[in-house]
Amino acid sequence: MAATRMIGLPAMGLRHPFAEVERMARQMDLLTNTLFGRPEMRLFPSKIFPAINITEDKEKYYVRAELPGIKADEIQMEVTGKNLAISGERKIQSEGENVQYHRKEREDGKFSRVIVLPGEVDADSVDANLVNGLLTVAIAKSAAAKPKQITIK
Amino acid sequence: MAESKELQAKEKQEVAASAEQTRPGLVFTPEVDIFETDRDITLLADMPGVAADGVSMDLHDGVLTLSGDVKPWEGPEESDVLVEFEIGKYYRQFTLSDAIDQNKIEAKLEDGVLRLILPKAQKAVPRQIPVMAG
Repeated sequence: MAATRMIGLPAMGLRHPFAEVERMARQMDLLTNTLFGRPEMRLFPSKIFPAINITEDKEKYYVRAELPGIKADEIQMEVTGKNLAISGERKIQSEGENVQYHRKEREDGKFSRVIVLPGEVDADSVDANLVNGLLTVAIAKSAAAKPKQITIK
Repeated sequence: MAESKELQAKEKQEVAASAEQTRPGLVFTPEVDIFETDRDITLLADMPGVAADGVSMDLHDGVLTLSGDVKPWEGPEESDVLVEFEIGKYYRQFTLSDAIDQNKIEAKLEDGVLRLILPKAQKAVPRQIPVMAG
């Protein structure tokens, strides 16, 4: 009887001293995610423009960036090995001399960013699209990076 | 001109106390430029990912409401590797001080930037009044 109860208890003494703090941090995360309705979302804000999202499926990596007001020919892209370099310049045209600004929040300037992709890619098979200020780059994974089904004999 | 500056990444600003939402999801504040000439007020708003049919505008009692709907752009098979920005609706309200000629409002969406031209109503256009010397 006593033995059963002992086994059922969490092994308090065996865990490292910060286990309890970590557990609380996890619960806080869970609570925040529940409150703001963002399950499984982990946001890593970027310091470098543009902020990017990377997703993958079996065949490709997808890199997306929000680049409003930038034309396709104002963006340069290069793929080298696992690196994808995106650079360009956002230009905001002058609206003339006789305008009075109430708000000026949109900014212009140059940008340049190198993204390290999570796996090897096929540099010959890159497809980039710019629609409504959203850049989508689809890059095919190289044969080595694609998942393979393994049959157990 | 001096060498142009570098763009800094900015976190998208979530709307703090937005109007009551009927659909779940995040709501962001679009960055805007607003400028005025004698004849009209122009508003430029960055709304990347919003298609022309996703923009809605409303001018009522001098309050301009702007919203942009974003359709999810990820395929069903895709899983997240890195998330630096989130997707959501855009929403912002402005109070306009001048009377606007509602029938002549022009809107254009280009490369994710909305350009809204709000012409001032005739009575608000300043008129030059020559003063005669007595």
